[in-house]
Amino acid sequence: MIWFKLEQDWPMAATKWTYDDLDEGAVLELGSKLVTAEEIVEFASEFDFQPMHLDEEAGKASILGGLSASGWHTCCMFMRLLCDGFLLDSTSQGSPGIEYAKWKKPVLAGDQLRGKCTVVGKRISKSRHGLGLVTIRSELFNQRDEQVFELQNTGMFLTREAAQ
Amino acid sequence: MSLDAFFRIGETVEIGSHTFTPEAIKAFARKYDPQPFHVDEAAAKKSVLAGLCASGWHTASAWMKCNLETPPDAGPWDGPGPRPEFGPSPGFKNLKWLKPVYAGETVRYTRRSVEHRAMASRPGWRVLSLFSEGFDSTGDKVIEFESAVLVKVE
Repeated sequence: MIWFKLEQDWPMAATKWTYDDLDEGAVLELGSKLVTAEEIVEFASEFDFQPMHLDEEAGKASILGGLSASGWHTCCMFMRLLCDGFLLDSTSQGSPGIEYAKWKKPVLAGDQLRGKCTVVGKRISKSRHGLGLVTIRSELFNQRDEQVFELQNTGMFLTREAAQ
Repeated sequence: MSLDAFFRIGETVEIGSHTFTPEAIKAFARKYDPQPFHVDEAAAKKSVLAGLCASGWHTASAWMKCNLETPPDAGPWDGPGPRPEFGPSPGFKNLKWLKPVYAGETVRYTRRSVEHRAMASRPGWRVLSLFSEGFDSTGDKVIEFESAVLVKVE
């Protein structure tokens, strides 16, 4: 979420991604990340303390088939990939929410996740000059190229003109 | 008893609250959402909102903690059949972050079981739909979303 006007606080001249750069159909490849047992357990201990997120044996005995990341943890890992891959180098003004998120396959300890974003729509804001709305469908894939996670949301980005 | 009664269909349940300390906001954001206004008090203070606020994913994750502490299947079950068992969630939709959650805020969460229906793809399982909300100390809503959870009923 970005709830304030970035242009007041940071010079934007060097920013790579503005509303104008995010064309419909554009694909942004995010980086990849190894999911460790330690971080699965760390997240789950605080927020989602179900046995299959805390213990290897309990995970194997569950419908998920192994020590598996909390779905909310998967959202968080996606967010970090998004930040590092694109968002921190953009004119993002935040997102008011998430249209949908689907946990499609278990994310297990040892999995290597990679992310991909596709711009599926964009329009200029009618109410705020210099702001555009970009709808992005994001996906995470594991090391077998299986889609494990899908999310769609609409983010707010300054236009290049407004960012200068 | 009926599944409707077991799931408390239509009833809004208070499931607990979570306080977002500045230390916890920054620690969470450094790991998962390192945007400046979640990790840097000085940058956040300069903003029009004048303060550090929690990542939206932090607000959502704290709901899950409360959801487990007051689960939708906490009540007694006297049949017929085995006690329903909760399984994984397929996801959520229409999640809205309606207001920033500032450092020091306490958010109280509610959850309502909306409906349950059979799964064509998994005989013996049903999908329970939930609607959840979170409110800050002034009573303003900060988050809402619809989610689902699979339940084994046979």
